[in-house]
Amino acid sequence: MKPIVIVGAGQAGSALAAKLRALGSEAPIRLVGAEPVPPYQRPPLSKKYLLGEVERERLYLRPESFYEDAGIELVTDTRVKALDANTLAVAFEDGASIACSAIALCTGAEPIRLPEAVGGTLGGVFTMRSLSDADALVPAFRAGARVLIVGGGYIGLEAAAVAASRGLEVTLVEMAPRILARVACAETAAWFKALHESHGVEIREGVGLRALVGDGTVRSAILSDGTELPVDLVVVGIGVRPETALAEAAGLAIENGIRVDAFGRTSEPGIFAAGDCASFPWNGGRIRLESVPNAIEQAEAVAATIMGVGAAYVARPWFWSDQYDVKLQIAGLNSGHDAVIVRPGDKPGSVSHWYFAGPRLLAVDAMNDPRAYMTAKRMIEAGQSPMPSAVANPAVPLKSLPTADALLTEQP
Amino acid sequence: MIALTFVTHDGNRVETLARAGTTVMEAARTANVPGILAECGGACACSTCHVYVDPNWLPKLDDADEMEADLLDFVWQPDAARSRLACQITLTDALAGLIVEVPANQG
Ligand SMILES: Cc1cc2nc3c(=O)[nH]c(=O)nc-3n(C[C@H](O)[C@H](O)[C@H](O)COP(=O)(O)OP(=O)(O)OC[C@H]3O[C@@H](n4cnc5c(N)ncnc54)[C@H](O)[C@@H]3O)c2cc1C
Ligand code: FES
Repeated sequence: MKPIVIVGAGQAGSALAAKLRALGSEAPIRLVGAEPVPPYQRPPLSKKYLLGEVERERLYLRPESFYEDAGIELVTDTRVKALDANTLAVAFEDGASIACSAIALCTGAEPIRLPEAVGGTLGGVFTMRSLSDADALVPAFRAGARVLIVGGGYIGLEAAAVAASRGLEVTLVEMAPRILARVACAETAAWFKALHESHGVEIREGVGLRALVGDGTVRSAILSDGTELPVDLVVVGIGVRPETALAEAAGLAIENGIRVDAFGRTSEPGIFAAGDCASFPWNGGRIRLESVPNAIEQAEAVAATIMGVGAAYVARPWFWSDQYDVKLQIAGLNSGHDAVIVRPGDKPGSVSHWYFAGPRLLAVDAMNDPRAYMTAKRMIEAGQSPMPSAVANPAVPLKSLPTADALLTEQP
Repeated sequence: MIALTFVTHDGNRVETLARAGTTVMEAARTANVPGILAECGGACACSTCHVYVDPNWLPKLDDADEMEADLLDFVWQPDAARSRLACQITLTDALAGLIVEVPANQG
């Protein structure tokens, strides 16, 4: 029997393999990953792991014995070099190749690096994607060191929070007019900016990085406003690119990631994709998500498709971030919103920001307010929208927010 | 190692062993217990590791903190006395033999 080969042993790849077995697949399953470790969770890399609060083994999604017991052949430290879409085969760097009954691409994303010309390859310059990135960063996070964080997205902000908690001197630059510009409203951005400033982090918005200088190791950063900032290390968090090289070379359709349909099928029969590398249909358009829940659920949907019991994948987007003692939970996707309602929480310091498009609730950012998050998530998934005026009034309990049927009241 | 048992909603029992200091969620993931999704991997952010603790074991558990209690208030079919998030229960020798039930739904 030809194996099902899963390329990429990350969050999506491991979920896909486990789900195939859970659905009763008796095919040989080979889970091939380029990294030298079993599949692990990335979120703690910029949170508790960087703080030194969890050991490495606890990042592993499952112990190695799990794969053995489930009859999943886990092949680590091995990169797939090419795919052949016609013969449904994968080729390895050592020249070997195998014929497959199905191929699932779970290749994730690659961090965008600073080019060498602006000092991106100097020592002391780090990215934050893999366990080995985090392992390199941990010893450089010494109290008193001066760190520049480039990029004010969630990963940059989490790294800033850990650095500040560990006693580093932290400056964060964001080229856009404000932090979180791509992912959150101005209210949420301002809230997090104030949080970081209260922990001594200097946030400079509308300021880009021109170049890093040093001989061998970075010594200073020249910013777009002309200032030269002495630094001991730099963490670059300027986003990721979906890892599509294999798919592209094999002639698969690419559209902001590997293009798949609602069942996780790429443009070539027998080849599937899931997770950070894949874009899928959403609300008449197409999106690509970079989150653990999406990686798991989309991968499970692909497993079901392969087993012939597939159903269209409907994403239920949500996300979280931990910074200092704040837990941010996000339900839904805010793109297309035209109003944001601020709702103070029941406890000091808790607040939620509700994004609406007309009468329809799209998303919520809840800061230390799990009750608001849970309420909004349920409503969004059920297609319900609360009355904005009730949301704005903290005297109206979350459990009795009056709803308006979003579809009936939607503006034409 | 600490023995513990998961009872799934269809009545199956999954018996497993876990290291002290790890969580009930981690034990479930290792043993591939169906019905525990644990999407946030133990960050107390998702509530998809909800379980009902066997009443005999309740007195041995620490109380849920505010974050956990708030999430539990909104899970599918909460039980004020027995609902917990599996990722917030750290296994100790005192919990040897622990029994938890897995709800039919984490929705
Ligand atoms: C620091 C950090 C913090 C994060 N925090 C959060 C968070 O709080 N909440 C959240 O929801 N999400 C978070 N994310 C995002 C989340 O981790 C990703 O969305 C998730 O890991 C995607 O899973 P994946 O399987 O698609 O990709 P990955 O987990 O990246 O796995 C892809 C794997 O494929 C391998 N691979 C690629 N090409 C090949 C090849 N040719 N041959 C063999 N192997 C290959 C790669 O080496 C990699 O191991 C965070 C990510 C990072 C980096
Ligand atoms: S695993 Fe997410 S709350 Fe327990």
